Amino acid sequence: MADAPQTMPLQTADGRPLKAALAQAQVKAKRRAFLLVLPLLAFVVLSFVFPIFQMLERSVFNDGFSANTPSLTAWFSQHPQGAEIDESAYAALVADLVTMQKAKTAGQAGTRINYVYPGTISVFKSTARDAAKMVPPLKDAVIATNPMWGDPVLWAAMRNASHPYSTDFYMAATDRKPTADGGSEKVAPEQRIYIYLFIKTFILSGVITGLCLLLAFPIAHLMAVLPTAKSNLLMILVLLPFWTSLLVRTTAWIALLQEQGVINDILVTLGILADDGRVRMIYNQIGTIIVMTHILLPFMVLPLYSVMRVIPPSYARAARSLGATSWTTFRRIYLPQTLPGIAAGSLLVFILAVGYYITPALVGGADGQLISNLISFHMNKANWSMAAALAAILLAAVLILYWLYDQLIGIDRLKLG
Amino acid sequence: MKKILILSTALTGFAFAANADITVMSWGGAYGAAQTEGHLKPFTASTGIAATMVDSDNPATPIKAMVEAGNVTVDVASVEYADAIRLCDEGVLEPVDVASLPAGDDGVAAADDFIAGAVTECGVSTDVWATVFAYDTSKITGDAPKTAADFFDLTKFPGKRGLHKGAKAVLEFALMADGVAPADVYKTLSTPEGVDKAFAKLDTIKADVVWWEAGSQAPQLLADGEVAMTTAYNGRIFNAAVAEGKPFQIVWDSQVFENEMYVIPKGAPNMEQAKQFVAYATSTQGERQQAQHISYGPARKSSMAEPIIYVDGKTEMGPNVPTAAANMATALGSDFQFWVDHDAELNDRFNAWLAAN
Repeated sequence: MADAPQTMPLQTADGRPLKAALAQAQVKAKRRAFLLVLPLLAFVVLSFVFPIFQMLERSVFNDGFSANTPSLTAWFSQHPQGAEIDESAYAALVADLVTMQKAKTAGQAGTRINYVYPGTISVFKSTARDAAKMVPPLKDAVIATNPMWGDPVLWAAMRNASHPYSTDFYMAATDRKPTADGGSEKVAPEQRIYIYLFIKTFILSGVITGLCLLLAFPIAHLMAVLPTAKSNLLMILVLLPFWTSLLVRTTAWIALLQEQGVINDILVTLGILADDGRVRMIYNQIGTIIVMTHILLPFMVLPLYSVMRVIPPSYARAARSLGATSWTTFRRIYLPQTLPGIAAGSLLVFILAVGYYITPALVGGADGQLISNLISFHMNKANWSMAAALAAILLAAVLILYWLYDQLIGIDRLKLG
Repeated sequence: MKKILILSTALTGFAFAANADITVMSWGGAYGAAQTEGHLKPFTASTGIAATMVDSDNPATPIKAMVEAGNVTVDVASVEYADAIRLCDEGVLEPVDVASLPAGDDGVAAADDFIAGAVTECGVSTDVWATVFAYDTSKITGDAPKTAADFFDLTKFPGKRGLHKGAKAVLEFALMADGVAPADVYKTLSTPEGVDKAFAKLDTIKADVVWWEAGSQAPQLLADGEVAMTTAYNGRIFNAAVAEGKPFQIVWDSQVFENEMYVIPKGAPNMEQAKQFVAYATSTQGERQQAQHISYGPARKSSMAEPIIYVDGKTEMGPNVPTAAANMATALGSDFQFWVDHDAELNDRFNAWLAAN
């Protein structure tokens, strides 16, 4: 053995390199393990990844206009941005409008343009009705039916929409609108909402996460240190609301918090508040914060608890015996050990809060709305492309935060239980 | 792409598959119940075709998704007027021929029997409903509010106001309260100054508004005493007042009324039976039967030839429907064309206005 070369690889009894033999043996096991997770993988891909990508595709894809305007699409591709909108352009428009009138698709094309240039659905429909009877010069004939057709901004919007893929909806989702030269500009101040709501959503979610942490930390600690019987009781108290329907909990909060509700009634009866001075705690931002903090609390308590339970109490005792004050013990011994739980809980609560929509919709009133409420609004208005664009921006923002989190804290330190 | 859509929708669509012969999708609540009693049950009794009712927050949304995915499980849907126009434009709905609808019981052809605008390219109106405002007579006892201007008068009638969270009908109502005549409302709203004017009027009560979203929230807010007055769908208030005995009073001034439509999505699985159902439900008797259960006005003149009595056997529906002459004095018909064009724009502005403090 002593004279064997140092680099000689280990070998099995039949002379094969041990590494290769091991790998071969493991391939089988790996394949079997993969087969086991295959159904789950297929399920996730089919029911999660596909629909998400399908939905995200809609944020850039909308062929409502381009599918119905072959002549205009051809004209736009022959005449680059900045070309004069001449008679040939109007001829192409009229040709398309005649076909649209026959196929009854003028409303479809108008709907697509209407998203970026309001008021065009009826213009498309009414002009399409008259299109077949128009005689040259077509430019004058078309503009005579509605002066909107002479607006270069409308033509710029149609140029953007003449390709099924466009960034129009991302533009709209960031409070911008197209200009005549093919660029974009900010919409009027009273129309700006999305950027404001994105920022507000992240700030409110941060506040809710902070409140959850503040409330959950002592509860989780108590559960971790109490004897099993008592901590089980606490656990049930934490889990009970968790098992109750979201709508029931939200409605219960409405009954509690509204101006004629339980809390205000008690305060008035006790003489703390005057009957005409009842506090408004719901249908505003405060309502959203209170109710969402309550609803998301278990998502903070459970990861914290699972981490705190396994922290040996002897560390803290050791610190105390070495002369640390209770604050120092907490700060330097206990808190660092709970960090994985804090990180997991905060990430969970924050991401859930960012996408929450039903609770702000019910108790948010005017200023407690989040961006998800507008996503649902556009879904209901069947402007799926806009909803998809907003959702994509939200997803991107969350992924960036997740990356930042990984850089700062490290995702491997996460402990969910 | 399409295949994927079909597949993923099919996965979620299984839940919908019913064994009934036709499936009708409506809004649930008192309204859905009125359609079940007035349309579905008698239809099954007279034709033997079973009919199932499914609920949705707004049937226009799922039927568009179904048609796009090529997996339609609903035969007939009840949608708002502007949605019926929009979905028709988008090619989602089956066209209707007014000549195929039955004549009124008095022999007048369907085209003349329906009130103006009640039959569109793709939809047939089942009823006319209105957004009105209402108050609790046990809370406001003295001088009662009578006009839209009173709704915005916080000194004369202190207390919170309930308003629907959305631009439609709210902007019109604000303009009428500001003194714009119903005939000029949409002309005014078409100008930027007019929109500013409407929002300026809303600004005067903004701090005191509780916004509602679902139709059932409005009577609830009123019953809880959360608001002194609220706008609401007239049928919801009627239901709370007559069926549940709540002391609610409707103010018809500046009501905004609109047709509700039955539409058939393209590719409905039981097309023939669906057409049969729509013809039956919008016949003279069908419209009458629905109006016996909820205070929305029939869209056929012949349905109102004789007085309609509510299911309690004593309340006459005549004065309680939006189309009653006494209620129409200052009424405004919702302009679907305006809303099809400006819905997105004005709602963006409305949402921005709401979020700003």
